[in-house]
Amino acid sequence: MTGSVWARRVAVWLLAALPLAAASPAPARCAEPGWGTVQTEPRPGEARSWLAAMPAPTSTDASSPSAPDLLDHLDLHGFLETRVGSRLQRNPKQKRASIRETRLQGEAALNGDEAQLKLKGDVWHDGVTERMEGDLREAWASFRVSDALDVKAGRQVLSWGTGDMVFLNDLFPKDWVAFYTGRDTEYLKAPMDGIKVSAYGGAGNLDLVYAPLFAPDRFVTGERLTYWNDAAGSLCGQGERMATHTPDRAFSDGEAAARLHGTWGAAELALYGYWGFWKTPSGQDGFGRQVFPRLNVYGGSLRAPLGPGIVNVEGAWYQSAQDQGGRNPAIANSEARYLAGYAMELARDLNASAQYYVEQMLAYGRYRETLATGRPRDRFRHVLTLQVTRLLLGQDLDLTLQACWSPSDHDAYLRPRARYRVNDRLSVEAGANLFFGHADWTSFGQHKKDSNLYTGLRYSF
Amino acid sequence: MRTIAACIAMLLGLLAGVGLCAEAKPTPDVREIVARSNHAAMYQGADMQGAVTMTITDRQGRVRTRRFNMVRKNADARDQAQKYYVCFLEPADVRRMVFMVHKHGPGAQDDDRWMYLPSLDLVKRIAASDKRTSFVGSDFLYEDISGRNLDEDTHELVGVSDARYQVKGTPKNPRSVEFSHYVAHIDRETLLPMKVEYHRGGRLYRVVEALAVERVEAGPGQAPIATVVRSRVRDLDTGGGTEMAIGRIRYNQKPSDELFTERCLRRAPSELLR
Repeated sequence: MTGSVWARRVAVWLLAALPLAAASPAPARCAEPGWGTVQTEPRPGEARSWLAAMPAPTSTDASSPSAPDLLDHLDLHGFLETRVGSRLQRNPKQKRASIRETRLQGEAALNGDEAQLKLKGDVWHDGVTERMEGDLREAWASFRVSDALDVKAGRQVLSWGTGDMVFLNDLFPKDWVAFYTGRDTEYLKAPMDGIKVSAYGGAGNLDLVYAPLFAPDRFVTGERLTYWNDAAGSLCGQGERMATHTPDRAFSDGEAAARLHGTWGAAELALYGYWGFWKTPSGQDGFGRQVFPRLNVYGGSLRAPLGPGIVNVEGAWYQSAQDQGGRNPAIANSEARYLAGYAMELARDLNASAQYYVEQMLAYGRYRETLATGRPRDRFRHVLTLQVTRLLLGQDLDLTLQACWSPSDHDAYLRPRARYRVNDRLSVEAGANLFFGHADWTSFGQHKKDSNLYTGLRYSF
Repeated sequence: MRTIAACIAMLLGLLAGVGLCAEAKPTPDVREIVARSNHAAMYQGADMQGAVTMTITDRQGRVRTRRFNMVRKNADARDQAQKYYVCFLEPADVRRMVFMVHKHGPGAQDDDRWMYLPSLDLVKRIAASDKRTSFVGSDFLYEDISGRNLDEDTHELVGVSDARYQVKGTPKNPRSVEFSHYVAHIDRETLLPMKVEYHRGGRLYRVVEALAVERVEAGPGQAPIATVVRSRVRDLDTGGGTEMAIGRIRYNQKPSDELFTERCLRRAPSELLR
């Protein structure tokens, strides 16, 4: 709750700041620090920013524009979308409809010379929960403080790391419910409220992110998708939502993340750190509620061209701070996670990537010793992923298949998707989320009866 | 009689002199023509920026529009390495996406390409080795936009007219491309390729042509640069085609190298978003 109040305050502040940013005088240098170093004072009749000053391609009017006008710098866009989907099999714990929504997204961006501001929000009628819903996705201001420093503050969506739909060092919130029910891929990333400071130097670059309040993933709670409840030893759905307790004290329950990154030739190297909480419930408290124990993550990644494609390697150590010895069965053990992948173009407009991902539970012996109830996890979870994208019909038809298969969990997830651009504004999409598994308690196996097929129509403006 | 003979002799001499003058300005070597034409088309100035509108018409007559701001900067003085920054404005579903290329010289590794997807805040590195792929779904190919490596073809001067050189290019590795050969019609004055005809299976199937050339200011002390501001690709097989107009062209603005890094991928300069 505190988070959304805070976000609303940020939004109000941003709206109030919009005219200020647009009216800020452009600096005498090339409009934006760092952009050009040689630009001299503008000559009379020459506008201050180089592109804004240029006549439009079809325009014959070469005169300079007048002082920056709010409307000139304001961008308004959005889309109207309807999406329906259904489970492919009966699930006694859920409705047949997996998704049924009509959604409006609006976006206002102000690209001023001093600052960039953005507001983006969704409202939709959700036919599954039969509620009107809203989500402020972005409300931020971004400033170039100096040639070496950028600051972006407010509600924002953040990503880093090298995985393709697999995240090791990216602990920014994800929305797995949106992903598994067939919303647009954009919604896999949930927003967070915080500040990102980026410093750039010759030797490397440093990103620091701080969020005063922990933002968990939007994980499966039983409301739309079924989950395995280890304590109950059964699958739970709509009627048996997961009881959780989320850290909710602003500032004392904050999160911080850092990335030190740079390039070495054509290779991209990065080191990461995260100090916060497990992003999905990974423990239980005395009241039987699922909780988010404290977590620190340290890792690194490499991404570079190799042969005809791109190779990515990433590793991370998940230090479960409240159970470092692995003796507390109510709190997840520490883990090591590894990822190696390769992406290449197989043929014209046909791209593929494959990844191998491993989660290794640390102090596994102690975990087995102390585990009193429930099904023991394996020490290693192996996952292979494959993604194939084919563009057809002048790139208007986009066919994608994402697949994850775990030989250790004996489960799999397939995500085929087809999108066709009818014209520049209208697109139609159809896809499926297919879950397979021998057991009900594995990552994908628990969603077997949530396998669904969906279709959507989007009008962009 | 002697006077007439002398006059004829003088005339002949004059003609011979004219001939000699023509001989004194020989047609340059084909390699030089091709190299200078490549420079004129792709490497003018230290850098170039512009606002591009592509109008794509498919075989059924349906029209699509792509609009983007593009910056290119030469990364060496040998007309080889370059950096490209492309910020999309239209259509709405690709708005604010940024495409960045570090083009390397022949013999070096493949170009490095990145794409930034703003709704996910995701920087993707693109593994794309095929340069004969459509650029943003248009009839222009990557090579039409960023240039084709001269070493890929053998060149032959097949004709010279008052205004143009005609150069035939034949790929050294025919399996790497979809054409058997092309004929480039190069303006003798500007050295810009005004028309390139692509042949396959013994017939012409694709034409890239310049529709308008303007002399664009290149900055203080620099001569204006002849620049193709409107061009078109016609696909004779499908009847479709793409017209490309470049406006707001500026040369030698000296964009910082930082533009071509992750910093500006994630946060495009405001000017490029307008």
